[in-house]
Amino acid sequence: MTLQCVDARVSAGGRELLHGITATLRPGRFTAILGPNGAGKSTLLSLLSAQRRPDAGQVLLDGQPVQALGAHALALRRAVMPQESAVAFDFTAREVAELGRYPHRKQPTADEAGIVEQALAATDVAALAPRIFNTLSGGEKARVHLARALAQVWAPLPGGAARWLLLDEPTAALDLAHQHQALRLLRGWAHGQGVGVAAVLHDLNLALRYADDALLLAHGEAASHGPVAEVLTAERIARIWGIGCTPVRTGDGVLQYFFN
Amino acid sequence: MTAPRLAPRTALVLGLALVLLAFMAGAASGAYPIAPAELLRMLTGGVQDTPAQLVFLNIRLPRLLLGVAAGAGLGVAGALMQGLFRNPLADPGLIGISSGAALAAGVVIVLGTQWFPALPHTLGSWTLMLAAFAGGLSVTLLIYLFAQGPSGTHIGLMLLAGVAVNAVAAAGLGYLNFIATDEQLRNIQFWLLGSLGGARWSAVALVAALVAVACTAALAWARPLNAIALGEAQAALLGVNVERVKRAAVVITALAVGAVTATTGIIGFVGLIAPHWVRLVAGPDHRVVLPGAALLGAALVLAADAVARTVAQPAELPLGVLTAFIGGPMFLLMLRRFRSRV
Repeated sequence: MTLQCVDARVSAGGRELLHGITATLRPGRFTAILGPNGAGKSTLLSLLSAQRRPDAGQVLLDGQPVQALGAHALALRRAVMPQESAVAFDFTAREVAELGRYPHRKQPTADEAGIVEQALAATDVAALAPRIFNTLSGGEKARVHLARALAQVWAPLPGGAARWLLLDEPTAALDLAHQHQALRLLRGWAHGQGVGVAAVLHDLNLALRYADDALLLAHGEAASHGPVAEVLTAERIARIWGIGCTPVRTGDGVLQYFFN
Repeated sequence: MTAPRLAPRTALVLGLALVLLAFMAGAASGAYPIAPAELLRMLTGGVQDTPAQLVFLNIRLPRLLLGVAAGAGLGVAGALMQGLFRNPLADPGLIGISSGAALAAGVVIVLGTQWFPALPHTLGSWTLMLAAFAGGLSVTLLIYLFAQGPSGTHIGLMLLAGVAVNAVAAAGLGYLNFIATDEQLRNIQFWLLGSLGGARWSAVALVAALVAVACTAALAWARPLNAIALGEAQAALLGVNVERVKRAAVVITALAVGAVTATTGIIGFVGLIAPHWVRLVAGPDHRVVLPGAALLGAALVLAADAVARTVAQPAELPLGVLTAFIGGPMFLLMLRRFRSRV
């Protein structure tokens, strides 16, 4: 059970954004997609979510081309949290989260409303449920979108196929406490429920603390892919981001960096 | 900020009550007033060949039913367009149905009398209706085809193409106005301001059937339209076939508004405000907005027509003038009341 990119290339406006990425993601692991601005992280995520089709190469879910699976079957398997997403009209936060259950409308579970409430509670937005989504702050909106994504793949699938959560900068708008809370939640879903999690992150220390693996992109190519602490060496950070750093170990033994 | 809203069922029952109220008011009023008691007797089947009954069955009832169909068709189409464009300012005219129908009507009124002098060319005639229907559909099709791109129908492009094509159609109509005789000019004007006066049973039955089909079909797209509120990309990730939604919304709108406009001329404002109004009182869920806009549209058209027939007796005011005249201020009041939520 894997989500794979095989020599995937993407061009837009006469420029190649991804020059042949090959990477295999596994369920039960939290993969951080890292890299400087313009490295192709969001493009890669849009390939993995089948939002975009590679110009060459393939994206495979359990060995099958994602495009062949169909939008509905894919929606049951994976949820995507967008970087930002405006919602038209005065939908409440609860209604936005409920849209995550859209793919299940024909085979609803016994307690659809309960799933939505639990998802809202999981991202700490239960109290905001009756409020109009567009009046929420950026961070609150992001947490509602996260709840929507969780609601979409809330229950294990019949047949035991792996579920996937693909997230584009899920913590960008969140405050310090909610950044940690959200990533802890995602790691919990990966380790506890066997869900495959792939998130674009910018904060390397958060990636080091919560992710299992890192897929490091630079200039549209996969510079490195493996366990996060092995990918994020001080030498590699200096080469790719151009910033020197000093490693430290926190009290609980996690590798973190001070940036000079 | 939370959203104080009517429950969906309450809102729809209220909408239905408004339609019934407007229907009764419309049935009783007019050049030949019918007392409410007599109206009840006729509606409950107390048969007698009174003049009142003749007026009611042959003139007023088809007119009222055309009003219901027209309002429901315009309302539901407005809700579809606003949902599809994700914009509360969208209205069915945006995709060229009205301007196409108007241009075709203008052609028939001005040139038809020269080319086919034997045919009647006034509001309610089959020639005019068929031409307007075909005109509306072709212009919408043109705009839809223009907006096709590598990744499907481009909604922004459709909007802009609509603006351009509407302008061209308006110019064509302007030219027809320029070469028209005074009588033809009056006919065009009359058509552009809308009226239920051309209601005959045959035409009413056809329009009502088309609108009923359109409303039923529209309801099936309520949940996909809710998902599209998140944006096309997000909706697609939820498994919505966005292309199919677009096609369905355009086809349903074109058929409903095309049929209505061909029979009544242009009735402005209903498609714009009815859905907006429902959203203000009952929230933006399309499972309420679509049927609610149909009901409110019907009530609005019936009420406007009742006023149009009575305020300037024996003359009849153009319906389009009334829908905007009543709808506009009521809409402003509504906006004021819900100022913070717009």
